[in-house]
Amino acid sequence: MIRVVIAELRKLRRPSLLLGTIATVGGLSALFTSIVFLMIDSEDGNTKRGESIGPKELSEALGLVYGFKLVGTFLGVVALCIFASQTAQEYSLGTLRNLLVRQPSRMKILAGKFIAMKLFALVMVLFAGALSIAISYALAGRAKVDTTAWGTSAAMHILFESALNIFLATLCFGTFGMILGLLFRSPISAIAVGVLWNLILENILAALINSTAKWLPGINFANLGEGGNPDLTYKHSIAISLSYLIIGGAIAAILFKKRDVAN
Amino acid sequence: MNKTAVSAISASDLTKIYGGRAALSHGSFVVPAGSVCGFVGPNGSGKTTTIRMLLGLITPSGGSATVLGESIKHPEKYLPRVGAMIEGPAFYPALSGRENLKVLAELGGFPLSRVDELLAKVDLADRGGSKFKTYSLGMKQRLGIAAALLPNPELLILDEPTNGLDPSGIQEVRGIIRDLAIGGTTVFVSSHILSELEMICEYLVMLREGKVIFSGRTQELLSAQKPIIIARPEYEVDLTKLTNTLSEAGYQIVIVDGSLHIAAAKEESAEINRLAFDSGITLSSISVVLPTLEETFFEMTGDNK
Repeated sequence: MIRVVIAELRKLRRPSLLLGTIATVGGLSALFTSIVFLMIDSEDGNTKRGESIGPKELSEALGLVYGFKLVGTFLGVVALCIFASQTAQEYSLGTLRNLLVRQPSRMKILAGKFIAMKLFALVMVLFAGALSIAISYALAGRAKVDTTAWGTSAAMHILFESALNIFLATLCFGTFGMILGLLFRSPISAIAVGVLWNLILENILAALINSTAKWLPGINFANLGEGGNPDLTYKHSIAISLSYLIIGGAIAAILFKKRDVAN
Repeated sequence: MNKTAVSAISASDLTKIYGGRAALSHGSFVVPAGSVCGFVGPNGSGKTTTIRMLLGLITPSGGSATVLGESIKHPEKYLPRVGAMIEGPAFYPALSGRENLKVLAELGGFPLSRVDELLAKVDLADRGGSKFKTYSLGMKQRLGIAAALLPNPELLILDEPTNGLDPSGIQEVRGIIRDLAIGGTTVFVSSHILSELEMICEYLVMLREGKVIFSGRTQELLSAQKPIIIARPEYEVDLTKLTNTLSEAGYQIVIVDGSLHIAAAKEESAEINRLAFDSGITLSSISVVLPTLEETFFEMTGDNK
């Protein structure tokens, strides 16, 4: 299986994909983190849903990762698109037949692809986190935020925990994208359905019928990245996310294993 | 490998049914080890379906087959020794030709040093660094052949390898196939260019509407066909008169470029000459030829478009 991982990494590190992803996540990370610090005095708010966070809160240990946490869900959406396209394109380009002739074990192909994309997602999350932290330090002075608490062990603990949660959420979104890629066998369809569902339909559904929110996959994936909240616990989101991904993954894997590669 | 296998491919009643329609129905054929075997049939006759079953990409609805002595139920046992290009070359457009080959080399566990070696072999050494999407159809086809050669295969399966190639490219592919055959590689090749197959294939498997209508030596197929006697009158004005004379004698005649093509045994040529002479017609030439593979193919498949 290690051979599949190495081969997949060669595809993932192609300049157009790697640089495009770095530019996208870097841009998102820079944008969200900059807004928090540059709009600190704005009456329109400087964080999600028009809320405000001031210098006092940002001077605490949590301030180190505040921008990074904001970008977490969007990293998930980027991962969803990449996982979906990398999986579905094997069908749309017709390259799956080449892969299967060279590695007939379909489960090894699937597992190798998943591991390679996990590594890619890890790099993506670490890059976004590092850039967000660097920008936070760079803009802290201008926003009158004291960074003393950012170097404490408590801050490091929060940083590690947040990075892990965001990586976990990114993986959930990515796996969701991979499942859609295997089901639809078309990058455009898989990405369109994935993004439409997670960014639009789930929010509409949750707004119309409030009680559905805690059972929807995207909302639970995103909640993992945020480390949970009083309305939707981390434990609940882990259970719901795993349920969706295990059931969806099993269906997609069985289809991938059994389906004829006819075109 | 099962070293005792005398057939590189052996299919018995191999069947694939899609939605009630048989893409291949009870196909039985043998490709002897070490031979170059052509795989011919009109579009939609089941060639690619058969190749996909042999490569483990689709599951047969019935029957069985072995490749290099192993059942096609276990493609992992023989695919490391098989090279294949199916339905044209499919690669990642944003990767270079070299990178595309490296992906497959890594996947199959082949040495990366083979990549440049093969790029040179298919005359792509100077364009190996260019993205696949910038390649011409002929270059894509050559890259597909290079990918198929990666494992240094015991069996090479090529589906329309000369599509999009110019005459010199076709000649190169023919050379590659011949070299491989000399080295003992079995080559199973489908092509629409039947004159090419006739030149290089000692064995043939012919399909029509999902059924195997011939499997055996090319020569055996061609020699079983009725030869054609080609008679040319000295004066073109005699063409109609000669046609009438021979038709009255019961011969089936087709006029091609000022000559009469008569389907008859070669022993009949003397009789044809005599009939012409008795009608006062002098023949400038009379010869006996065996039908080409193409003519035989059209005759057998009824596809003369």
